[in-house]
Amino acid sequence: MSRSDDTLLLANVSRRGLLKGLAGGSALLLAARWDLGLANEQAQFGAGAMPGGWIDNPNVFIHIDSGGLVTIVNNRAEMGQGIRTSLVMVAADELGADWDQVRVRQAEGDQGKYGNQNTDGSRSMRHWYQPMRRAAAAARLMLEQAAANQWGVPVHEVRAEVHRVVHPATDRELGFGDLAEAARELDVPGRHDLVLKSDSELRFIGKESGLINGELKSAHPKAIDGEDIVSGKAIFGADIDLENTLYAVVARPPVYGAKVKNVDDSDALKVAGVKKVIHIKGSRQPAAFNPLGGVAVVATNTWAAMEGRRALKIEWDNAPAGKNADYTTDAFRESLEKAAQSPGKVIRQSGDVEAALQVAETRVSATYYMPHMAQAPMEPPVAVVMIKNGKAEAWAPVQHPKAARDGIAAILEMDLENVTLHQTLLGGGFGRKSKPDFVMEAALVAKEFEGQPIKLQWSREDDISHTYFHTVSVDHLEAGLDGEGKATSWRHRTLSPSITSLFAPDPKHIAEFEQGMGFNTMPFNIAAIRLENPPAPAHVRIGWFRSVYNLPHAWAIQSFAHEMAVAAGKDHRDYVLDLLGPDREIHNLTVGDGWNYGEDPDKHPIDVARMRRVIERATKEAGWGRETAKGRGLGLAFHNSFVSYTAIVFDVEVGDQGELTIHRADIAFDCGPQANPERIRSQMEGSCVMGIGVALQSEVTFKDGVAQQDNFDSYLIPRMPDAPKVVRVHLIDNPNDAMGGVGEPGLPPVAPALCNAIYAATGKRIRRLPVGNQLS
Amino acid sequence: MIALTINGKQHELDVPDNMPLLWAIRDVVGMKGTKFGCGISQCGACTVHLNGVAIRSCVTPVSAAKGEITTIEAMAEDPVGQKVQQAWLDLGVAQCGYCQSGQIMNATALLKKTPAPETQEIVDAMAGNLCRCGTYNRILAAIERAADKQEASS
Repeated sequence: MSRSDDTLLLANVSRRGLLKGLAGGSALLLAARWDLGLANEQAQFGAGAMPGGWIDNPNVFIHIDSGGLVTIVNNRAEMGQGIRTSLVMVAADELGADWDQVRVRQAEGDQGKYGNQNTDGSRSMRHWYQPMRRAAAAARLMLEQAAANQWGVPVHEVRAEVHRVVHPATDRELGFGDLAEAARELDVPGRHDLVLKSDSELRFIGKESGLINGELKSAHPKAIDGEDIVSGKAIFGADIDLENTLYAVVARPPVYGAKVKNVDDSDALKVAGVKKVIHIKGSRQPAAFNPLGGVAVVATNTWAAMEGRRALKIEWDNAPAGKNADYTTDAFRESLEKAAQSPGKVIRQSGDVEAALQVAETRVSATYYMPHMAQAPMEPPVAVVMIKNGKAEAWAPVQHPKAARDGIAAILEMDLENVTLHQTLLGGGFGRKSKPDFVMEAALVAKEFEGQPIKLQWSREDDISHTYFHTVSVDHLEAGLDGEGKATSWRHRTLSPSITSLFAPDPKHIAEFEQGMGFNTMPFNIAAIRLENPPAPAHVRIGWFRSVYNLPHAWAIQSFAHEMAVAAGKDHRDYVLDLLGPDREIHNLTVGDGWNYGEDPDKHPIDVARMRRVIERATKEAGWGRETAKGRGLGLAFHNSFVSYTAIVFDVEVGDQGELTIHRADIAFDCGPQANPERIRSQMEGSCVMGIGVALQSEVTFKDGVAQQDNFDSYLIPRMPDAPKVVRVHLIDNPNDAMGGVGEPGLPPVAPALCNAIYAATGKRIRRLPVGNQLS
Repeated sequence: MIALTINGKQHELDVPDNMPLLWAIRDVVGMKGTKFGCGISQCGACTVHLNGVAIRSCVTPVSAAKGEITTIEAMAEDPVGQKVQQAWLDLGVAQCGYCQSGQIMNATALLKKTPAPETQEIVDAMAGNLCRCGTYNRILAAIERAADKQEASS
């Protein structure tokens, strides 16, 4: 891990730790308290550059009781990526804990105490792998020192094994539980005294386990929430069960920015169980994370609240919504397609594209469309808030606990220290639960019911029609090829409303972080390149959706590269390997990307060799180049995002009536060092299935500002019959580069690979998503 | 008053006849394993058994829930349910886990009726249960694994 091993250079602080801690009774906190100070102040990249930074204090994260039970605190949101298992596994491995004696405790929202908790950007493992190992290594060293002291031998003669410390010379041993109390009396080792385990000493980290391409490997440290999940005991947001809870649902304005004009709640109040109808104040545009406003119905159970809401008669005032009330996606798409014909703000330029296009032997041109989508996690947004004696306590499934806690404090005009936010499991997140509007709604309702918990539940209709939508995009590309079919010029115009329109007056242009998601970071080796961004206004709340702007950029670029190969009469794989050019590291700043997912471009440049390797691996595993029957074909796409590299090949068949069968997906993935390969595989499998929905099914359209889909009968997502018959994940063994993200980078290449496969099978080119009934 | 028998236990509930069973189970009885996903029987997160048959509790009024209701909380005591749960754990099926109560209830009902289903039968039977994390391939493999074990032990 040459590139990631920057961590032991940090400030040397060795001092006596505080003994007070989270647990009482017999539980023992390992005492250590380290000052981040210097290291974080100077950090420009990575975990240290995030708000709250990182913490590696074992006093915060690791508890050992006198019975030997190890409790490890997980500070990141668990939304299906498996971080509660994987991060705890990392610490347990470094500590030397017996997995059966390890428990997890979920941190409450407190960035000052736990470091950055904003769980997005595929950052959890790459930012917390080293701090958690250091915290565990410090704890291990203190246990060893405690044993050495007890035996009166030098510490270098003892060593920690699994859940015990041994002195081989005298054949003595003491369990972690026996040592915990003595360990806390010791000075805490400085970071320079820590020696992390070598790879050969690790039991869990980086080890393959689980089901791999059909073969069941060795047993793994079991998923930490697995048994609770299969027995229905896992606690998600709505499962918080407090005495005296009242239940609320909200009727929100159908158009973004509209307000309530009149409410007749007389029928609603007649519904059995309905207690109260409350006006929820909306916010001005841009709304940021603030509630949309509307009318809340509060009742003794969720059903009564929903029935009450159905009985409301609300007249909405669309005037404050302005042009949002005219927003119709068909017309909007046409307007973007038209705008794409004219030059836009120049984002990146090299060579003279216009001149090169003029002299090109062949010109290839295409326009691609990707619609709005809803994240639609299976658990709709939900939050429980109780206000009592000037304090607020909340329980919620949120990706960004700090934003939720700050939001409650702001909307209730309360000091932050009076707000407690308990993090539940998330029934999926995908970016939706980064925005805490639903928690703030619950706080507003709770304010009316002092001392009583309010559970505010979004219905599926609320979720799909009022989410922070994935952007909508038109990408127009044109390339010039020489007589050999080689690309000499590349012009790409991308048009999509920006997420920044949620927080500031609409800039109508995408921001640096949105460009950096596969647009200006496009790695092709072409002499003349011009990237432009004509304006596109936002008319709904735009927000993060798993992998974000990588979705449209990968969809357009990877589809278009295939179109170029077809125009050149070349094999797609050979053609794109040539487009990528020689193995080299492209420094992000040289292509105008100052963001790079927050990572240091010196350690995480755009690495063409890594891109090439995943392409070669996926195509090889898929049997690229083999003969296929009529109506059957292979399709390839690849993309680097979240400082990881993915390539996918689909093997598909399209029947006479347009019915699509996905026989197999071969996914090659390089995220550098792998902490928990089994969960990496599961993320790749899940991304593949979600991406199939992006390609084939999922779309939210608007008419006069109102979402036209509101539940799973109209907003379609993949079902079991839509999944590939076989998904094979091929992990690239690459321990030498810096660790990359996992949760998101599997998604962007799925839709273009699938559409390229459809082309290979049928000759039908898809340029507008979703595919829907375009094949029939 | 409505009388419900859930996992063998009688409950007398003061709820309207048309209240969906889901909300009676969750909000009134207070059992949280059965999940709300869509409210219109499109996602299967709320699946429970009524007299051994998988039903969507979000669209089943309490007045129609006559007989034995079985929920995920009872699966650890059910021989088929145990095999399904174990297969889920063996293959690391769950990601976020929210839909898995419903998936397991639906799979268990299938295996009770059809102990050794063909792959296509499984796919057809599970088509009504959504998983946004996309764990379908592992769900399918887990059901086949549970079916094999069931066959082996019978």
